[in-house]
Amino acid sequence: MSAPALWIFFPIALGGLLSLLRNQKLITLVAGIVCAFLAITALLLPIDTPLAVQALTFKLAPSFELLGRRLTLTNSDRAWLALLYGGSAFWFMAASSIKIARRLIPFGMAITGFLVAALAVEPFLYAALLIETAVLLAIPLLSPPDKKPGKGILRFLIYQTIAMPFILFSGWLLAGIEANPGDLMLVARSATLLGLGFALLLAVFPFYTWIPLLTEEAHPYVAGFILWIFPTVTMFFGLGFLDRYAWLRDAAVLPSILTTVGVLMIFTGGLLAFFQRHLGRMMGYAVIAETGFSLLGLGLGGSYGLNTFLLLCIPRVIGLALWSLALSNLLEHAPSLTLDNLKGAGRIWSFSSTGAILASLSLAGAPMLASFPAHQAIWDGLARQSLAATTWVFLGSLGLAISAIRVLTALASAPEGSPWGVRETWSQRVFLLIGWLLLFLLGILPSWAASFWARLPSLFEHLGQ
Amino acid sequence: MVIVNWVAFGLTFAAASGILLRRDWRWNIGLLAAQYLGLFWLVQASWSTSLAAVKLVTGWMICAALGIAHINAEEETTVESSWPQGRLFRLAVIGLILTVAFAGGVGLGDWLGMPLPVAWGGLLLISMGLLHTGITVQPFRVVVGLLTALSGFEVIYAAVESSALVAGLLALINLGLALAGAYFLSHPPEKEQS
Repeated sequence: MSAPALWIFFPIALGGLLSLLRNQKLITLVAGIVCAFLAITALLLPIDTPLAVQALTFKLAPSFELLGRRLTLTNSDRAWLALLYGGSAFWFMAASSIKIARRLIPFGMAITGFLVAALAVEPFLYAALLIETAVLLAIPLLSPPDKKPGKGILRFLIYQTIAMPFILFSGWLLAGIEANPGDLMLVARSATLLGLGFALLLAVFPFYTWIPLLTEEAHPYVAGFILWIFPTVTMFFGLGFLDRYAWLRDAAVLPSILTTVGVLMIFTGGLLAFFQRHLGRMMGYAVIAETGFSLLGLGLGGSYGLNTFLLLCIPRVIGLALWSLALSNLLEHAPSLTLDNLKGAGRIWSFSSTGAILASLSLAGAPMLASFPAHQAIWDGLARQSLAATTWVFLGSLGLAISAIRVLTALASAPEGSPWGVRETWSQRVFLLIGWLLLFLLGILPSWAASFWARLPSLFEHLGQ
Repeated sequence: MVIVNWVAFGLTFAAASGILLRRDWRWNIGLLAAQYLGLFWLVQASWSTSLAAVKLVTGWMICAALGIAHINAEEETTVESSWPQGRLFRLAVIGLILTVAFAGGVGLGDWLGMPLPVAWGGLLLISMGLLHTGITVQPFRVVVGLLTALSGFEVIYAAVESSALVAGLLALINLGLALAGAYFLSHPPEKEQS
């Protein structure tokens, strides 16, 4: 058996099969167990190493050849495989509690499979085509048949589709650079096209306008999933480029570009979140700021920068999943997620309200919560380089924190004598409680998240060395 | 051969401009089909005819899918509200795009060793497609804009990459976009102005 068959073809095929089922709980159970199994096998099972289980000996082959191209997953890929499938299991398991499993899981499984294929394919230029396939699969997920597609979904489609030609063309240019490394014009053209492609894929400033529109229009849980998986995969895809090409990795301007873009995204994300009156849009701007923190972490350079980037990955999935789940529950109570519509909702939707506030505070980097250790490490590293940049980042984080406090005020401001109660179902309460606990646990014991990456084989050969 | 390249360039220019100027979906789909005919000839300058024919077949399949979806869809009553609607404005923008494409096409043709009408055709389609996606919020027109921009890219990319697998995957992506457009058309239209 080959590793791509297990982590790519199997989830895609299962996504197709699950689309035929109607029972939400069965779909959730199967997808949750399979994703958890894939995450655990990624954690425990070495690739390309013979394993003996009593009389049975087997080996996971690293490559699978398809029409002359190869899908390759090696031991160094196990960490991100575990992250992607572990994160997907986390998302899928809570889906039936908000009755969205039939829509999310079949497409979600296929999207995860295609995105893993994008990270595994050689030559890498095919990755752009596989990512675009995942984008096209996300369209029916984001836009239900009974609702006219809004600007956010259309812009998502436009920006992600336009990114594909840039990556494809830069793939051709990078092959030229390998043959002729001294051609500076070719290097400059390739870096520009690659940068533009990634800026569009990652929704980097100023190409992020679709994110708040999408989180306002689409179902919060679906939007959250898309805004978790696409940027995470794009980041690892981009890091693969940095690891592979020394001229790109060692470019003197790269840290300053990453830092500047990261600071801009955090500041504008935080500032615009501060002015929002829609909780979905607030989540969108928090995602923008979170991408900014990831870029800022990478901009710090070396192993320190890479470690802070990796430290952000787990808190992001937990924070975003909890926030999306909480907003999905609140949407059952109110016609929309505006602050006016949700006034006093905290009294009867206390688990969801607490979840939304904790998640927003965590993504803002509040102490004791999951994102704080990574944010603190980034602050520390950035303050050693530039106090001005640190101030802008502080202002952005402040904007996010104040927006969380505004949400708290709105959710808590019920008229005198309003009844107290808990409207969430038992399954919703359990998933929300798990989210709260994980946010606190990772905030208090950040070494758990760090040990996840440390125990697995190194992700990159050159990067962070 | 050179004259036919120029004819193909003229055809793609006329079709892309027509798509931008006309509002009727029947005209748009007919012009898109003509644009794919021009695309086929422009790609054929770099690829074999049999491989370039993939673009034509895919393009006409796209037109068929969008046309059928439109026939089954309810008429859209939403009026574009964001950009100037006048035909004069659009003609002025087309003129601007033509100038930019002409300016960039010479350098691109030299760099990639493409005939001038092919380089111009590619850049023109990319610019027209991007303009189209930028000035509309109607899902059908956005998808047509994206297909136009991808067509332009495919003209240029054909000069540097002749892999049959890439051609096949790009054809699948184009068909996927058309399916997304058909899916959008199946949604109930908005009755009031957005």
